[in-house]
Amino acid sequence: MIEIKDLHKSYKMGSNSLHVLKGINLSIEAGELVAIMGSSGSGKSTLLNILGMLDEADSGEYNLDGVPIKNLNETKAAKYRNKFLGFVFQSFNLINYKSAMENVALPLYYQKVPRKEREQRAMKYLGQVGLKEWATHLPNELSGGQKQRVAIARAMAAEPKVLLADEPTGALDSTTSYEVMDLIQKINDLGNTILVVTHEEDIAHMCKRIVYLKDGVIVEDKKVEQVRASTYV
Amino acid sequence: MRFLFDRNTWQEIFGSIGKNKIRTIITIVGVLWGIFIYITLSGASKGMDNGFERMFETIARNSMFVWAQSTSMPNEGFKTGRQLQLKLGDVTMIENRIPEVQYIAPRNVKGFFGSTPARVGRGKESGSYPVFGDFPTFTKIAPKKIYDGGRFINDEDIEKARKVCVIGERTEKELFKKGEKTIGGFIEIDDVFFQVVGVHKFDASGGFGGDGDIFIPFATFKKLYNTGDNVGWFSIAAYDDVDVVKVEENIKNLLKNIHKVHPDDERAFGSFNLGEQFGKIIGFAKGITFLSLIVGIATILAGVIGIGNILLISVKERTKELGVRRALGATPNEVRSQIILESVFLTMIAGVMGIILGAGTLSLISSFTKDIDFPYTNPTVPIPYVIGALLIMVVLGTLIGLIPAQRAVSIKPIDALREE
Ligand SMILES: Nc1ncnc2c1ncn2[C@@H]1O[C@H](COP(=O)(O)OP(=O)(O)O)[C@@H](O)[C@H]1O
Ligand SMILES: [Mg+2]
Repeated sequence: MIEIKDLHKSYKMGSNSLHVLKGINLSIEAGELVAIMGSSGSGKSTLLNILGMLDEADSGEYNLDGVPIKNLNETKAAKYRNKFLGFVFQSFNLINYKSAMENVALPLYYQKVPRKEREQRAMKYLGQVGLKEWATHLPNELSGGQKQRVAIARAMAAEPKVLLADEPTGALDSTTSYEVMDLIQKINDLGNTILVVTHEEDIAHMCKRIVYLKDGVIVEDKKVEQVRASTYV
Repeated sequence: MRFLFDRNTWQEIFGSIGKNKIRTIITIVGVLWGIFIYITLSGASKGMDNGFERMFETIARNSMFVWAQSTSMPNEGFKTGRQLQLKLGDVTMIENRIPEVQYIAPRNVKGFFGSTPARVGRGKESGSYPVFGDFPTFTKIAPKKIYDGGRFINDEDIEKARKVCVIGERTEKELFKKGEKTIGGFIEIDDVFFQVVGVHKFDASGGFGGDGDIFIPFATFKKLYNTGDNVGWFSIAAYDDVDVVKVEENIKNLLKNIHKVHPDDERAFGSFNLGEQFGKIIGFAKGITFLSLIVGIATILAGVIGIGNILLISVKERTKELGVRRALGATPNEVRSQIILESVFLTMIAGVMGIILGAGTLSLISSFTKDIDFPYTNPTVPIPYVIGALLIMVVLGTLIGLIPAQRAVSIKPIDALREE
């Protein structure tokens, strides 16, 4: 599903240049649930943003479901993001003047899905994350865990090939974190490919594979016995 | 273009406009005020324009009066202070020598300029009314509305010096009883019987004159008052496209020549140039219209720039939101179109509201000024102006929306998302 070869990325700041990714090679199959681990500043988000076509690598190859991702203009990138990818952010990034349902329906709007169908599909995904009754509520009326579940529903609504989650539990307490991870596991159980960036060991072990990032390279890549989050809930 | 008619687009626009109410209202007020000023000012000045036009519509725009006074310089053996007298013969001279003159009507009057009005009677009723000796041409210069069944003086009246007259509506009311037939009836003017052939409708806007004026054929007037070839004054209309001031000058020079007056004698002949006055007033009205156009457009411009500013601020505030939208798949064009559409939509709403408010104010002013004597008629803003204003709003709304729209997409989605 995801194929990257010798990926490099550095940030230029004035005359200095910070080499963040120093040749990443990674291959992820469809249906995997992968944790990207590493200390703060190790380049996890940078890697995820490149995978999410929100940012571009300086060099290296990236293939998403057989499509080479290279020299995209912003319009093309937007279309690919819309078709292939779902995002979950640490800070939820819901649109504050839109209800939970409208937030979930937004990616479908950019897919030109008619309103009726958009609302139906949004409700379906809100149901899957257990928030059907909260459909008409604004984000500021929801708890952190609920917000993240709305964000996950939104990411899933467009039925993407890959779900990218950058510290999805970073702003949540541990109980709520496990609820969110439980949801992510269930979505993975349905066959969806998911990448979760985290720096917490327990969260990482709820995935099926852990990729350790350090000083811009992958230092370890191992399959793990998945810990089901539901045992904690 | 298709997305303009897409319900989804509008739902997004309404969503974002409706959810940011304060911003929306502030935005609208600026442009609303601008278009309101524009509509009200241009409508009001149009009303004044119409008012002036109506004031002059009963008289030829390029008309003037010329009369004789006394000389102020000696010439060809004549002493200063010689009283001058216009003659019928002058008419032919003017007609032949000054081609810019379209109509010339020699006129005499009894009851103005120091002479006593005629005594007019019918049976027991009697009164004093001014009597004018006129040619048919006079109505070419100052059209008279004649009531149905009547007519003005015609050429035959002149040729035969008929004892016929056209009377005013007040004269009719005072001399004839209700239900009596006026046309064909007889009245006595200074003890001579005249048959009434017409009743003219009085119009206050036609310069001097009144509702009691009586018109009789010039030739009859001459016999009645023994005026010979003397003419009180000339009523003259020049062609529309000529310089009336120049024509006035030429006529007076010609008269000086005929009457052996010194060419530099400015006091010998008097004149009043209605065309010139009219030109000045129309110029004044046009000036006001132009000024209000400038003020209105400047206000609209300021309002639209205000919208641009507020949108720019709002785009900055919404950087993160727009970043999220782009992460979810909004293309730069979609983001840009949304911002521009918001701008145009707000501008249009404000514009339409301003137009409605302006029209309301105009009709209010109109109903207040209806009964007072003020040159103000039908203060409407012509539809093309309104449509033009709306078009300008769309164009300006688009142009001003371009700036925040461009700013919204100039930032990379990843940077937009990082924004706090
Ligand atoms: N836009 C940027 N400009 C400059 N430096 C950046 C930028 N984004 C990240 N960095 C730097 O790159 C390094 C990796 O950042 P990041 O990928 O966010 O790490 P992580 O998500 O693992 O904490 C950090 O040192 C960070 O300061
Ligand atoms: Mg990070």
